Amino acid sequence: MARLNLILLAAVLFSALADVSINHHARKLVTAYEREQERMRALEVEWGQLQLEQSTWATHSRIEEIARQRLGMHAPRPGQIVTALP
Amino acid sequence: MKLSRSPLLEERLPAWRANFILGLLLVGFAVLVGRSFYLQGINKDFLIGQGESRYERVLEISATRGRILDRHGDVLAMSTPVKAVWAIPEDAKLAPAQVRQLAALLDTDPRELTRKLASARDFVYLKRQIAPDVATQIASLKLPGVHFKNEFRRYYPSGEVAAHMLGFTGVDDAGQEGIELAMNSQLTGKPGGRRVIKDRRGQIVEDVESIRAPQEGKDTVLALDAKLQYLAYVQLKQAITQHKAKAGGIVVLDAKSGEVLALVNLPTYNPNNRTRLSGAQLRNRAFTDTFEPGSTFKSFTVALALDKGNVRFDTPIQTAPGRLTIGTATISDAHPHGMLSVAQVIQKSSNIGAAKMALALPAEEMWQMFDNLGFGQPLKLGFPGEAAGRLRPHKRWRPIEQATMSYGHGISVTLIQLARAYQAFARNGDLLPLSLTRLETAPPVGVRVFSEQTAREMRAMLEMAVLPGGTAPKAQVPGYRVAGKTGTANKLEGGSYTNKYVASFVGFAPVSDPRLIIAVMIDEPAAGKYYGGEVAAPVFSGVMASALRSWGVAPDAPEKPLQMAIAPVKEEM
Repeated sequence: MARLNLILLAAVLFSALADVSINHHARKLVTAYEREQERMRALEVEWGQLQLEQSTWATHSRIEEIARQRLGMHAPRPGQIVTALP
Repeated sequence: MKLSRSPLLEERLPAWRANFILGLLLVGFAVLVGRSFYLQGINKDFLIGQGESRYERVLEISATRGRILDRHGDVLAMSTPVKAVWAIPEDAKLAPAQVRQLAALLDTDPRELTRKLASARDFVYLKRQIAPDVATQIASLKLPGVHFKNEFRRYYPSGEVAAHMLGFTGVDDAGQEGIELAMNSQLTGKPGGRRVIKDRRGQIVEDVESIRAPQEGKDTVLALDAKLQYLAYVQLKQAITQHKAKAGGIVVLDAKSGEVLALVNLPTYNPNNRTRLSGAQLRNRAFTDTFEPGSTFKSFTVALALDKGNVRFDTPIQTAPGRLTIGTATISDAHPHGMLSVAQVIQKSSNIGAAKMALALPAEEMWQMFDNLGFGQPLKLGFPGEAAGRLRPHKRWRPIEQATMSYGHGISVTLIQLARAYQAFARNGDLLPLSLTRLETAPPVGVRVFSEQTAREMRAMLEMAVLPGGTAPKAQVPGYRVAGKTGTANKLEGGSYTNKYVASFVGFAPVSDPRLIIAVMIDEPAAGKYYGGEVAAPVFSGVMASALRSWGVAPDAPEKPLQMAIAPVKEEM
């Protein structure tokens, strides 16, 4: 009887310690997960800002200005256009 | 030693006293058991709640407003997180140096800031919508009583080019104009919330429950083509400057689907910086301002006369001597013509020719046609402030009114209504509902207004109007066959006509298989020229030429014999 009690006591102790350790581990994981989520949100924000930046660089007025002024491009005259029909 | 016997100890105590004490102890024990049972068993939720409230937090999960994209996925409007800086004046006892530092970071006047911080309220915004990195700098100052709040700021990369179409949002991120208002419910996200457990360092250690999942705002894909929008903006702006006009508008429609590809109004504004906005800048003229369309309406009169079989394209009509008296009023042509065919009435834009055809038509049929074409009723696109235009009931038309309406006076329309009505010619006599958003499915079946035969004949006549001898040779587009009609209307002010004008042009191309419809309106050109063919037609031509090229539409009237590259070409455009 005493022996059984000792075994049970050991089992209870083990279970209690395991519970504490698992809980601690779980909390650490949650914190890590939250950090990653935070990072994801920050990246999303950055992505949005990059998209904005891209569309600001790619405004048609800017493209036209660079094409005309810096690259010396112009729209083709009608006679210069060759139409390729499929 | 022998103790003396005490009579007190000799006395036997009554047994009930011991039992009484025992009973009291038992009752006390029972009360304690009962109480603990009550607290831990029956009323446990309350205590759990109390406990949790000491370490649980409810976090708000913000939802971003959806983006607005053009038909190719280019970003036209987008929200990005910013911060609002607010303070509790009572807590914010700042040294003058701190105030100066804060004012410099917030880019405000230190005196203004001091005044705000001296306010008696519990909560003042110091500045809203500041960039996140500025907020970080302010946070590093560790000022007492100064706090931050997350908010969103909307950016419009295309700036003033698409301002009227997109509209804008207020500081609370709700739509106030344009698409932002029309599609507000779709664009708005719903913030969610969740309950978490935080440890003493403020880190989240347990996710308890999600109270509400956040709903991100949905992206809206417009029918708008950002490139066409830009081309239209540049051309219109140039024309307005050149002709010293008060205002102007241009609408580009897809003739095949009824999608609105571009819509520009001038004057405009920059939606990213809306300080000092005037009402004139904000007006979305193409939707909200009506004008007397003038001669662009003759096409409808002639089409109805053709449709009813009253005339053929070559029926002669006497327009000499350039004046026609109806009742007490006299109408006249800008240039007197003699005998004109019906086609020439369109080509030369004769008021008298159109009036004579109109007077041979029953008023009710004319009214019915205008109604079918969508005049006199708002388009119901959900756009704020759509005007209906003025179309009086036919029972009250006098003959002179019917005559003037045949050439677009005594009736008022919006530019977008006019553009839409020309679908009837660009398509084979039917009208599609317009769409501001990109259509993912085939457009619905149109409503027939004219027969296919009539539409074909009208296209031929409208093409004559832009050929030499017509009113608008300047609307021609090299390489393509185009068709269209000019309009030049005196403006009504206080019930009488003034010598101010509205010049317009509506047309489509390529005539062999119309793809695009463009309507241009220029309000009060003041640099001398005011005819639609001189002022509005070149804008049409410029926009149409670039638009057709940008869309890769094959030329149907090559200047040189079409050079065909007969190499096998992959079909990807």
